[in-house]
Amino acid sequence: MLRLPKFRLHQPATLAEAAKILSAEGEAARLVAGGTDLWPNLKRRHQKAGEIVSLSRVAGLSTIHADGDLGDLRLGAMATLTAIERHRAVRERFPALASAVGWISSPVLRNMGTIGGNVCLDTRCTYYNQNEEWRQSISYCMKAEGKICWVAPSSPRCWAVASADSAPMLVALGARVTLVSTDGEREIPIAALYRDDGMAYLTKQRDEIVTGIVVPGTSDAAHCRTAFFKLRRRGSIDFGVLSVAVALWMDGELVRDARVVLGSIASLPSSADEVAQALIGQKLAPETIAVAASLARSAATPMDNTDLDPRWRGQVTPVYVERTLREAAGLPVT
Amino acid sequence: MTEPGRKPTGASEATPARDPAAAEAKPEPLPDRELKVIGTPFRRVDGWAKVTGSTRFADDLSFPRQCYIKLVRSTVPHARLLSVDASAALAMPGVLAVLTGKDLPVTFGILPVSQDEHPLALDIVRHVGDPIAAVAAVSEDLAHEAALAVRVEYDLLPTIATVEEAIATPEPQIHSYADDGNLHKLLSMEFGDVEAGFAEAERIFEDTFFYDGNTHLPLEQHATVALPEDDGRVTVWSSTQTPHYLHRALTKVLGISASRIRVVATPNGGGFGGKSDPFGHEIVCAAMALRLGRPAKISLTREEVFYCHRGRHPVLMRMKTGVRKDGTLTAQTLQTTLDGGAYGSYGVASTYYTGALQTVTYRLPRYKFESIRAFTNKPACGPKRGHGTPQPRFGFEVQLDKIAVALGQNPADLRLRMVEEPNTVTANWLKLGTIALARCIEAVVAGSGYRERWGKLPPGRGLGLACGSYLCGAGLPIYWNHMPQSGVTLHVDRGGGVAVFCGETEIGQGSDSVLAAVVAEVLGLELADLRLQVADTAFTPVDLGSYSSRVTLMMGHAARDAAEKVRAVVAHAVARQLGLPESQLVFSGRRVFDAADPAKGLSWEDAVIVTEARAGTLAAAGSYTPPRSPGKYRGAGVGPSPTYSYSAAVVEVEVDSATGIWKPLHVWLAHDIGRSINPALVMGQVEGSVYMGLGEAMMEESAFRRLPKARSGALVHKFPSLLEYKSLTFEEMPPVTTYLIEEPDPAGPFGAKEVGQGPLLPMPPACANAIYDAVGVRVDQVPIHPHMVLKALEAQRKGKPARFGPDAFPEIDFGFTLKVPTPWEGGDGKATNEAEFKLATGRKSKDGTMAERDEALKTGSVEALTTKLQGKKGG
Repeated sequence: MLRLPKFRLHQPATLAEAAKILSAEGEAARLVAGGTDLWPNLKRRHQKAGEIVSLSRVAGLSTIHADGDLGDLRLGAMATLTAIERHRAVRERFPALASAVGWISSPVLRNMGTIGGNVCLDTRCTYYNQNEEWRQSISYCMKAEGKICWVAPSSPRCWAVASADSAPMLVALGARVTLVSTDGEREIPIAALYRDDGMAYLTKQRDEIVTGIVVPGTSDAAHCRTAFFKLRRRGSIDFGVLSVAVALWMDGELVRDARVVLGSIASLPSSADEVAQALIGQKLAPETIAVAASLARSAATPMDNTDLDPRWRGQVTPVYVERTLREAAGLPVT
Repeated sequence: MTEPGRKPTGASEATPARDPAAAEAKPEPLPDRELKVIGTPFRRVDGWAKVTGSTRFADDLSFPRQCYIKLVRSTVPHARLLSVDASAALAMPGVLAVLTGKDLPVTFGILPVSQDEHPLALDIVRHVGDPIAAVAAVSEDLAHEAALAVRVEYDLLPTIATVEEAIATPEPQIHSYADDGNLHKLLSMEFGDVEAGFAEAERIFEDTFFYDGNTHLPLEQHATVALPEDDGRVTVWSSTQTPHYLHRALTKVLGISASRIRVVATPNGGGFGGKSDPFGHEIVCAAMALRLGRPAKISLTREEVFYCHRGRHPVLMRMKTGVRKDGTLTAQTLQTTLDGGAYGSYGVASTYYTGALQTVTYRLPRYKFESIRAFTNKPACGPKRGHGTPQPRFGFEVQLDKIAVALGQNPADLRLRMVEEPNTVTANWLKLGTIALARCIEAVVAGSGYRERWGKLPPGRGLGLACGSYLCGAGLPIYWNHMPQSGVTLHVDRGGGVAVFCGETEIGQGSDSVLAAVVAEVLGLELADLRLQVADTAFTPVDLGSYSSRVTLMMGHAARDAAEKVRAVVAHAVARQLGLPESQLVFSGRRVFDAADPAKGLSWEDAVIVTEARAGTLAAAGSYTPPRSPGKYRGAGVGPSPTYSYSAAVVEVEVDSATGIWKPLHVWLAHDIGRSINPALVMGQVEGSVYMGLGEAMMEESAFRRLPKARSGALVHKFPSLLEYKSLTFEEMPPVTTYLIEEPDPAGPFGAKEVGQGPLLPMPPACANAIYDAVGVRVDQVPIHPHMVLKALEAQRKGKPARFGPDAFPEIDFGFTLKVPTPWEGGDGKATNEAEFKLATGRKSKDGTMAERDEALKTGSVEALTTKLQGKKGG
């Protein structure tokens, strides 16, 4: 079988200690939460780490606070995906988030995987998520040890895909993320956590730890119509080849504000602003939705580095945007 | 051997030296109505161990002082090896040895005509993943690190990625023994006057189809453990479907006598044809154990299993069929190209199989078949469930659907009118047995409401029908010989226990349970009275292996033969003891008793004691050799079988016309099983075949990445992993309604036919036909990805031909055409122009005619025979 490389495992009991180790060990260190992303990556040697800092023994990181009436939802970074998916208040107040989390991988991986780990999920590419010998046979790629992006060889950048399912939904809901390092704590909009670069896909500093996520109470189902859809080959296990996250803040029958975010189609969760703009101030009529959704075609430029035909993925993006918008609007979905 | 209507098997012809007295003493076989075990669903004999985790697979074995082997594999698709530098690896503490090609320079391969593999590349690497060196270390981690430290220098050769490139690039040859350039095999054969057949046709249909490659995906990754023993002997445990052929390959490459090598096939966690070849890693493991004098183990990663491959050949087909107005066939020409990958494997047989079984389902009076297999720089293709036949079956059944639509007929009725007659000898000289195909079609048509619902469902919903047929064991062994293809020995202990020995290999299909059922049935015992010892070349008689759906039929006959011999001896002794005629004794319920007075009799235990006291140690051997095939032309060796199974399926699908995504909603499948030995196992095999067939129809494909030629010669498997090589999960698996059509075939043990492979065949074409019924577009290739359906729908909306599929077929010179008159043209099974063929091609007898084979066996010296057995290109 594929074997893990040797590393030293740190299991600090406090955040401060974890931050200190990360800071001291520099490039050699990596954080692990549930391990469902990092362990396979280490086995295939496309991520490397001599020092692994586990957050499993840090107390208080797996809490879920969702109870306050219309208050914010606070998710500890180590809350498992299963815990969030099944949390009653999350399901009632932020149903599309519970749904998005429930679409991640398979039940067993959701039992291990955490929300903090999912928002930091390494970008993926069929030229990259391969074992050492395979990557050697293509002379590697720029994301790991090589010089070229084989997806677009004349491009100067890496086109690996951000395929965390929670991320587009959290961006759509206007979530914020808390980061802790030896320098202290800061909170940023989760949209600002991501960068359009398959390699440096997170803006957080290497020694910063995602400790929690806050979803504002204003995105509660009482104010906001939401829906999430994930397109993938099979009904479970697979990473997405497109996801659509929709949040519509209503003022009576009119859309007061809207966010439509696409996942698994670029190196970051990408906002389909034209689609959102076409909805704001409008009633959620089928024709309005159809027109708005058709604008999603330009927001989606899938590359040939995931499952399924890239041209087709672009082609069906408006179809799924329309269906997801209809679901959010409470219209029948074909 | 006088069961009513039963054709005598070849067993007695092949083993004339049997004791005639024993044969005479044999009682009449059991009438079917008395069957107690056969036909009853029973728990599989290995089930308990499997579900409790106590089954010991190859990777579960370990021994003190065991070392671990890791292979260094090629990272380039085609190159001359300049150097292999293992010094850094050998310098690592704990690294024990490194073997390279020079240590094992003898070639091997499954077919005598394709001895083209080295355990470790000697001078050329032919695909990414080709093994180059083997590193042994005291731990698996260390072996892996050391393997990464081995430096290999390559002199790159041009990469050949496709059949078209192989045709255009005769040099450099991937193998010098190819028929022509990089075309491994060329063949052309005509059965009857095909042009006359087309002249009789009222309509002619021509189509081009493509069936992509895919792989077996057994859950268990290949593993081998070798234990050196005293006197230079070695035992090799391996996850293999063919321990006998592995035994031969080990003997050849290691250069030690077969008697010093013992091969044990451990229970396989799935095989599906992927473990039917002897593999380099198995030979390397044995060699390493002998070299180091300590146990050695190798367990492959999932990526390495993709490199072993031997999966479905990608096949491009051009099919031209002539029909009368009622749809009956007048003639067909079929041309196929196979992308064989880098080695021969079973490829010569696969090539023939892409044409051989076109004649066994529907009456086809004239038939021409031409094919090439190309060498390419990819892992070798070989036999996967259905071996070479699902591809042309897909084309045939889709084309029949088109014919039915064009002629305004219901596709079920079109087929029912031309189902072949039982016991026919076909245009290409295959002798058929029972055929319950019409009953299969009727069953699925009734179950699915096909007659009422086909063509009438709302848009987006559709029904598709297709059929198929498969061998019940290849008529010929892989190497030329007249020995039995399966043997069983029984030994009865004084407590009444029966030890059953057979070389058969359990790969999950339930062969152990079939073996036990047959013996228990004949001796009137319970399954728990038996102990099985299987798949062990030192202790069990040869069974050729779990391939070609041969085990139930061939092993079943051998087991019955052995058990009936034991029964005869016991009956003789008990009859004398009780003073009754033997013919009056019944073996049932663990007793031997008087049919007229059941109270009068002995318990099985007492019967055994009486017998051993009277006749000595109680043991017997049984064997089976298939009947000769009437075909005598070059190539007639591929296709014959003692009988054939038949299947029909209806699939209901739902198609999303906005995206092209389609899914099966329900499958109805009827299978002509002859007789079920164990209906529960039979249904399991049907469902497994449906699952695998749907996978091939929907998503499974061996895709490769060719990097931009200007920047790299790299050619890699696109996603050698369980995550990205897509196969169905439970989510995608629809409900399956299975119909077992029981019409006992005299050629099978208790009438049984195969079920492991046949039911896969109708699935891909049934899906394509259902998509047509749902949305009116044809996808003439598999897998049918959503983008293909959407593209065809777009064409439909634009008023263009509503089809997605291959448009072109390459220009190919298939070479000299062998002409074989059909039985109804007065043929004798031979080609009329064999001599001209030899002159035209300069090919004497690389794969030989059946006549040559028989001649060699009759007159050839042992030396000549041995040369044939080893293969002309060997060494």
